[in-house]
Amino acid sequence: MEELKTISFSQSNNSSFLHRQHAHCESGVTANLLYHNGISISEPMAFGIGAGIFFGHLPFVKVSGMPGTTFRIWPGYIFKRVTQRLGIKICTQKFGTPAKAMDALDTTLSRGIPVGMLAGVYYLDYLPEAFRFHFNAHNLIVYGKENDLYQVSDPILEHTSLIGREALIRARFAKGFPEPKGKMYYITAVPDKIDYTKAIQEGIKQTCFFMSTPPVPWFGVNAIHLLAKKITAYPRKLTHRQQVLYLGNIIRMQEEIGTGGGGFRFLYAAFLQEAAEYTGNHSLGLLSERYTQIGDLWRSFAYNAARICKSRESDLISYTELGKFLHNIGDKEQHFFKELKKLKW
Amino acid sequence: MKINEIPHDQENYKGKSDIHKLLYVTDENGHYRSANSEGWEVENLATRQAWEDQLEQLKEIEQEVQEGLLSPVPYFMKKNLMDISILAGYMGTWKWRVKRHFKPAVFQKLSRNTLARYAQIFKITPEELVRFGK
Repeated sequence: MEELKTISFSQSNNSSFLHRQHAHCESGVTANLLYHNGISISEPMAFGIGAGIFFGHLPFVKVSGMPGTTFRIWPGYIFKRVTQRLGIKICTQKFGTPAKAMDALDTTLSRGIPVGMLAGVYYLDYLPEAFRFHFNAHNLIVYGKENDLYQVSDPILEHTSLIGREALIRARFAKGFPEPKGKMYYITAVPDKIDYTKAIQEGIKQTCFFMSTPPVPWFGVNAIHLLAKKITAYPRKLTHRQQVLYLGNIIRMQEEIGTGGGGFRFLYAAFLQEAAEYTGNHSLGLLSERYTQIGDLWRSFAYNAARICKSRESDLISYTELGKFLHNIGDKEQHFFKELKKLKW
Repeated sequence: MKINEIPHDQENYKGKSDIHKLLYVTDENGHYRSANSEGWEVENLATRQAWEDQLEQLKEIEQEVQEGLLSPVPYFMKKNLMDISILAGYMGTWKWRVKRHFKPAVFQKLSRNTLARYAQIFKITPEELVRFGK
């Protein structure tokens, strides 16, 4: 699935680490770490087996003054679930002090092991300024050292990068929510045989549970309807500046931060397609097509939201229409996950 | 999204299009593949809007520091795109204490130690912190 042009080789500590660009940080890190250990797995496959797709809207959790919206499962979950489901052994560590965290990193690197870690985006000085906000759930791989600089494979970038020790410490110990606390992880052992079909089934089953079952309004398809209701009420409850910023924030969560487009919906549809080919299950292929259409609807939603942001006055009708549009997406997702749950293997 | 629908809306604001992010799209046979994009006007607008709001808030705070209504702490907090809970996290203290340091009268009585910690977090010298707005 990856194109040749996105591949670049890097040498470090006599062991070669292959950097491949991906859409999303955590599924990308997972796919690249697995690949390094001889398990060839695509990003969509890692995302699907790790049950990465989700929706959540938490009006009471304010992220830089704006209600939290997410299109993916909570951080750390994808890597953990993928390795569990494929029977891969991992080591995960958190640290109390930067000195201990950096010592552990140096020791692991000297053994020739690439290390995945959590980092605060704000301190990653190899990223363009446009992306550098206080977002602490970014994943990257450090795979070696070059003089005093650390070699970084950030899956959302086309090429590898370098980062200084001080900046890396700041990123690994960024404050706010969540706190990475120097968290790092790497693979210690891989099995001889892997049952992908079982892993695919388990991933899908868990996704259906998370999207359909939670009996609360903040998670899964319920949350899509909750957000739709909130948007309808924006002109009555918020100042014009707030309305526009709130909408903008949803767009950024859906498109700006590496999601592969349409708030991870295309990434998940790609997984369903690959899973259909792997298992020979034709129904999965049809469901993939349906989810692609839902992804297209999310793109239209973002487009319409941006159009409202551009207009100078807050217009009650356009917010009501946008809310309706989102309710429709919510209904479609609801039906989709019902069908996916009923799937015969 | 189909491969021929990939947007290529370049955005030079703060180096946004320096990254050619990966998108998942379908080819003419409906088969998924990945492809790079320079950006999409919709998200470019959202990014620019978020930044401009931050910069506007920074200007408002700067004005209030100069008028003696606020201490330099909230200015540098905003300049580093932080909010009170993030800054309190770095200071290892409670939010209400950081908030108190926003008052010019309280700020003037801060110990050298506290000022140095703020300066280190903001990546400036204690002198730059104290002198700001004067």
